[in-house]
Amino acid sequence: MSRLLLGAALALLPLGAAAQERVLAIGGSVTEIVYMLGEQGRLVGRDSTSTFPAEVEALPDVGYMRALSPEGVLSVSPELILMESGAGPAETLDTLAGAGVATVTVPDDYSPAGVLAKVRSVAGAMGVPDKGEALAADLDAQMQAALAKVAAEDGPPPRVLFILGNSGGRLMGAGTDTAAAAMIELAGGTSAIDSFEGYTALTDEAIAVAAPDVILAMERGEGASSHGDDEYLTHPALAQTPAALGGHVVRMPGTFLLGFGPRTPDAIAALHAALYPDAP
Amino acid sequence: MTAIPFTPAIRAPRLAVPAVTTGLALLLAAMACLSLSIGASGLLPWELFTRELNPAERAILLDIRLPRLILGMLVGAALAVSGALMQGLFRNPLADPGLVGVGAGAGLGAVIAIVLGGVMPAAVQAVTGMYMVSLFAFFGGWATTLILYRVASLRGHTSIATMLLAGIVLGALAGAATGVLIYLADDNQLRDLTFWGLGSLAGANWVKVWAAAPVLIAGLAAAPFLARGLNAMALGEAVARHLGVPVEAVKRGAILAVAAMTGASVAVSGGIGFVGIVVPHILRLAIGPDHRTLLPAAALFGATLLIGADTFSRVVVAPAELPIGIIMALIGAPVFLWILLARRATMEI
Repeated sequence: MSRLLLGAALALLPLGAAAQERVLAIGGSVTEIVYMLGEQGRLVGRDSTSTFPAEVEALPDVGYMRALSPEGVLSVSPELILMESGAGPAETLDTLAGAGVATVTVPDDYSPAGVLAKVRSVAGAMGVPDKGEALAADLDAQMQAALAKVAAEDGPPPRVLFILGNSGGRLMGAGTDTAAAAMIELAGGTSAIDSFEGYTALTDEAIAVAAPDVILAMERGEGASSHGDDEYLTHPALAQTPAALGGHVVRMPGTFLLGFGPRTPDAIAALHAALYPDAP
Repeated sequence: MTAIPFTPAIRAPRLAVPAVTTGLALLLAAMACLSLSIGASGLLPWELFTRELNPAERAILLDIRLPRLILGMLVGAALAVSGALMQGLFRNPLADPGLVGVGAGAGLGAVIAIVLGGVMPAAVQAVTGMYMVSLFAFFGGWATTLILYRVASLRGHTSIATMLLAGIVLGALAGAATGVLIYLADDNQLRDLTFWGLGSLAGANWVKVWAAAPVLIAGLAAAPFLARGLNAMALGEAVARHLGVPVEAVKRGAILAVAAMTGASVAVSGGIGFVGIVVPHILRLAIGPDHRTLLPAAALFGATLLIGADTFSRVVVAPAELPIGIIMALIGAPVFLWILLARRATMEI
């Protein structure tokens, strides 16, 4: 109740121009961009995939982005909802449109240009295009610096196998047209699997044929320790691959590595450094 | 149906039927008011009359909570009555609507829409729009039931035992087809599938109410006409036939009513289990197994239970929402286990 009254009071304040003041961010990369724009004061809520920076977790969580409930979303009284593509379900979006809330779907593309487009889209929707241009230029410079270092490498690119998860020894690997494959290419590696699209359970033989030089995986939670790598190093199919023989397992936080948001330049640099440990 | 001067020899009710039915009606009314009043936004229904609401607030009350309440009541009543009909038809306390293949068929329909929706012909996509999953689930459930019915019917006689076995076989087949599609599904589709299977009324809107209500209400309205026949069939089909009960018509009516109600329920709310088992069982303990009183009571209690669970589902982790199927199973499974434990000495399954 008090939240509604507060919302009504805030809406009456003569803040800025026509820009909507109460913004709900759906999708981890969108939330990160709002923070990078310095507009986090306007955030009134987030979805469960928005976990970075840590302070965002203090905001109300309206649930998983693909299973939003209309009243949950409206309960934070948003004036503008910024959504990563894939947010839904369609019935909820339909109801929200009927309730008169402005919604903007932010385009998603696994490329450096896609990140800049996201930034411009979020900044434009929030009425701060100038800040958006500044951030985009900044990120572009970082991106170019990271990519320049990658381009300076010679020699064959390492074959990288991204493993999404391990359920009882069955590994889920990344094929083409995934955020993981895009990041691997950007960081100067080559995706070890190119025979299928998306994430699929790998057969042991396919892993042996792929012969990855490096295994890339997400970090498990806060207490991830090195002994977790044993599950890959001792996996029967992986054990004989160059990656396992050399002990090359790289772990990174999922939203950092695959988010395609403002931290992507850092992620490219970090992954590049991990793939080429001997580089200066 | 000719008038049958027959009342099955059933155990005396433990509680007065009118009292229980009235109590359930009052409970339903109270729960409906509660459901309209509770939500993540903290908005109260009478604010509609006491102050000027902004469009978002009007939408919360009139386009979110109200259709959701109506849909929840109808789905809860339909699932509970379907369960009671199935248990009467199969003369088995463990029977539930899943036995006529609706669940597996509807699940397959939903999976087809979720995984293959993007590659369907444009005409199909244009006609079904965002309701593709619901429509496919409904028709998947119906198609399975019709196939089962044809398999189990020979020369005008429907064998319940054949239907049970064929239902298991068709369920396995639908499960395998679902498995193939799950294998093909991408990450996002898998998440959609998982959430669909957990059930939710969060997608309720007026379109769904207008689409599902006629089917659900028709099924609920048909149920009382089957009550007397089901009572007689509790003594066995042969005895019922000698008593003048049109056994085949009762079977056909019950199967079609269950298929329609369950199909429509699953289409609008995904997978919500246990209502169909827990509600009739509790009521049989309270007022006895006479279908003439059991069916209306099951409708009232099922509606109350479902909107109660739905209300809980949207406040427990507000402003997010817990899928209602989780809550129903969390309540339903222990209650069902308790019934089994308490009655295992006297109950023959």
